[in-house]
Amino acid sequence: MSNAPILSIITFLPLLGAALILLVRGDDEAAKRNIRMIALFATLVTFGLSLIPVWLFNPATAEFQFVERAAWLGGVISYRMGVDGISLPLVILTTFLMPFCILASWVSIEKRVKEYMIAFLVLETLMIGVFCALDIVLFYLFFEAGLIPMFLIIGIWGGKRRVYAAYKFFLYTLLGSVLMLLAIMAMIFAAGTSDIAELIKTGPQIFSRDMQFWLWLAFFASFAVKMPMWPVHTWLPDAHVEAPTAGSVILAGVLLKMGGYGFLRFSLPMFPEASAFFAPFVFTLSVIAIIYTSLVALMQEDIKKLIAYSSVAHMGFVTMGIFAGNAEGIQGAVFQMISHGIVSGALFLCVGVVYDRMHTREIAAYGGLVNRMPIYAVIFMVFTMANVGLPGTSGFVGEFLTLMGTFKSSTIAAFLATTGVILSAGYALWLYRQVVWGELTKPSLKAIADVDRRELTILVPLVVLTIFFGVYPRPILATSEVAVNALVESYKQANGAARTAAAVPPR
Amino acid sequence: MVSTMNAPVLDLVPILPELILALGAMALLMYGVFTGDRSARTVTVGAIVLLVAAAVTVMLIGGTPRSAFNGSFLLDGFARFMKVLAFLGAAVALVLSQDFLRRERIEKFEFPILILLSATGMGVLISAGDLIALYMGLELMSLALYVIASIHRDNAKSTEAGLKYFVLGALSSGMLLYGCSLIYGFTGTVQLAGIAAALKTGPISLGLVFGLVFLIAGMAFKVSAVPFHMWTPDVYEGAPSPVTAFFAAAPKVAAIAIFARVLVTGFPAATQQWQQIVVFVSVGSMLLGAFAAIGQTNIKRLMAYSSIGHMGFALVGLAAGTAAGVQGVAAYIAIYMIMTLGTFACIIAMRRGDEAVETIDDLAGLSRTNPLMAAALAALLFSLAGIPPLAGFFAKWYVFSAAIEAQLYTLAVIGVLSSVVGCYYYLRIVKLMYFDEPAPAFSPVRIELKTVLVASALFNTLFVIYPAPLVAAAAAAARALF
Repeated sequence: MSNAPILSIITFLPLLGAALILLVRGDDEAAKRNIRMIALFATLVTFGLSLIPVWLFNPATAEFQFVERAAWLGGVISYRMGVDGISLPLVILTTFLMPFCILASWVSIEKRVKEYMIAFLVLETLMIGVFCALDIVLFYLFFEAGLIPMFLIIGIWGGKRRVYAAYKFFLYTLLGSVLMLLAIMAMIFAAGTSDIAELIKTGPQIFSRDMQFWLWLAFFASFAVKMPMWPVHTWLPDAHVEAPTAGSVILAGVLLKMGGYGFLRFSLPMFPEASAFFAPFVFTLSVIAIIYTSLVALMQEDIKKLIAYSSVAHMGFVTMGIFAGNAEGIQGAVFQMISHGIVSGALFLCVGVVYDRMHTREIAAYGGLVNRMPIYAVIFMVFTMANVGLPGTSGFVGEFLTLMGTFKSSTIAAFLATTGVILSAGYALWLYRQVVWGELTKPSLKAIADVDRRELTILVPLVVLTIFFGVYPRPILATSEVAVNALVESYKQANGAARTAAAVPPR
Repeated sequence: MVSTMNAPVLDLVPILPELILALGAMALLMYGVFTGDRSARTVTVGAIVLLVAAAVTVMLIGGTPRSAFNGSFLLDGFARFMKVLAFLGAAVALVLSQDFLRRERIEKFEFPILILLSATGMGVLISAGDLIALYMGLELMSLALYVIASIHRDNAKSTEAGLKYFVLGALSSGMLLYGCSLIYGFTGTVQLAGIAAALKTGPISLGLVFGLVFLIAGMAFKVSAVPFHMWTPDVYEGAPSPVTAFFAAAPKVAAIAIFARVLVTGFPAATQQWQQIVVFVSVGSMLLGAFAAIGQTNIKRLMAYSSIGHMGFALVGLAAGTAAGVQGVAAYIAIYMIMTLGTFACIIAMRRGDEAVETIDDLAGLSRTNPLMAAALAALLFSLAGIPPLAGFFAKWYVFSAAIEAQLYTLAVIGVLSSVVGCYYYLRIVKLMYFDEPAPAFSPVRIELKTVLVASALFNTLFVIYPAPLVAAAAAAARALF
């Protein structure tokens, strides 16, 4: 089993599904049904196979596992795949969310089903590839290629301002990434290798302090846009609001995590000195993001936009935790990414449920849903609480750990960020009250039906996971522990070494 | 075995491909003259066969570098790579042209013959080992191009395009000649190798730099780089679409090849001097290509600005002045040519009823009226924009990493940023095809156009899986110059 290229199989299996869909002829209901079934089947099998690395994963080592290598571009650049404790949970998150996306699009996507499913399956391949790639060029390839299917998903199946949102998403993200591309070239030229594992080991020594700064800034330009961090977050609300439900789920659930993953995989281990230098800067941006976007979220009239802004705030905790540079902060960041992936994905699915019925996302158009949709009210409540970060839900663990890590490294940042927890309770509970509680007075809502069986199938597993990880976060933390510790160790060592080197006068 | 013979009087093997083209062109001309305009189809097929034969011959002639006419004509790895590209590009352009010209009632047997003569010129140009051969090849290529631009002689736009191209082209030839004479005056030789040797011995004189500037101006005109790009949009728009397809492909290959050869082999000692000029030309082209294309509504004009921008990107590799840079240029121009031919196959296929249409809006909703064509064009556009995993990304990868290696950071940053700006107008076409309501459908697409379009799109999408052959070939080509 150890010889099978399991990661490549997981990565490219959705592509195979897309190829199968391409072969389906016709545009009638039967064909559409077949297409949906193939897509669902492909994502389910991918998820099933992605559990094999989980099963065989050895959490006691920080080395990359299931490593594959093949010749590719010639020269130093080759095809390398592998996962460690930081990337594996994100791979599972991706494969886990995809079947839900397909199910969520089952009835709401009526036109051009074939293209839609192909776009989603291609996107899945690219997302898994981002987390598995162990060659920096391969990483960039997957990272950037994801723009194409997402551009089409927002632009073709999106809402009213879809074209504007699609352009903004594409150009904004591309602008950030091209600078990273140049940094990657410079790194390969300086280090003579494009192997990520190699660069993590030798990068801090090879890249001089000055070079690290420039490289760090170039990578930051890309990941900060992707995260997104204040003030380059403005593409996100537009993209979220206009994207179809499943698009929002993937955007919030997985695509945003690429930024955090990038920081963990590149910025911190490869440019430790620059990371330490820029940490206060990142803290500042994160705290502003947490407070400012929470306040903005309070003022939203559109449900999806509110959740989008809350995503920006939550990602602020992730960046803060990462650049705290200690085990608690980084573990918390990893956990927060997974938790946010599940919770925000679930929240968008919840919005999708009512949107499919009412075709509006205006908060004012709802109210008193609990009278007609009691099950929905319960489910929505669980995710609202997780979004707030109530103990007992997965949202709490991540926020608590990142805050603790930050507290160790910058008390003032942690203090200010904690206000964000209160603010998040403000907007999330307000949203819940407006949409769910109260009298059912609006005539258009009189006949609204509760969640059906398909929707229940989608939402219940997410509820279970949210509460499970809130009560028992061990599975994720144990997977990432050793890798995170190794990262923290090398980060501290590099900065310690730099400090002693600076202390010793030059001979 | 010719190579083992002792000092052959005249080794004709290196010029065999050009001989095939020139003699073939003359034979076809006789045939055409004696049978009249109905021979056009036969002559076209004959010309395609000749071009492919010439490309195959280039590949078959052995591995060692050869020269003829006392070093005026070189057939090294670099020339081989570029010639195969140029000849095949010309052949594909001919394939694309046949049906279009017939429908527009301008099918003449002179057209394929002119393309053959122009290709002969390209062969000489690519292989030029001295400035005389360079000029000869350049003029043979260009004179044929001027005539082809106005092949639709009853059409005001086409004749205007031809005239404009001719006047500006003559001007640039003059500058090039003036530069050559200055260089000859200051070095005492026209051989590129001789110039390189002469420059090594002493400081670079101001007169020589003047000559170099004029020489570069002449070559920049041919690759349509800023500030010598003015002719491009008008000629691209005015000339019949298949002619534009040809202009965008083969002559560009030849011009960029000689650009690289002259600077790298003739003036290695003056790298500092020409690097500045190439950086300036490259930055100007990239920025103009990115910004000026935004406002265009005619797809051929848009492709003209796009080609200006792409030449700017290709020159980034040359600006690096290293083997990696030249490898980048070679890979770039190869991928660019394939993308362009595919895109033009699509443009030529844009017909409604019996009329060719060429505004961007005509592509609206193409994904619903002709999904295959839309998907293929979208792949090509994303590739032109340089989005991974398509081939266009790798083209940019090689030139920019060469620039980074040569520490031309500002150039690289301006380059990638202008590629983001350029992305906007490629996306606009994708948006029209995929997001907008359909315009009336196009007439059914001819099989040869569809084949070229799909083949080009497949190359661009699948390049990522097996990029090694092209990359290795480009590397081998670059090594020949160093």
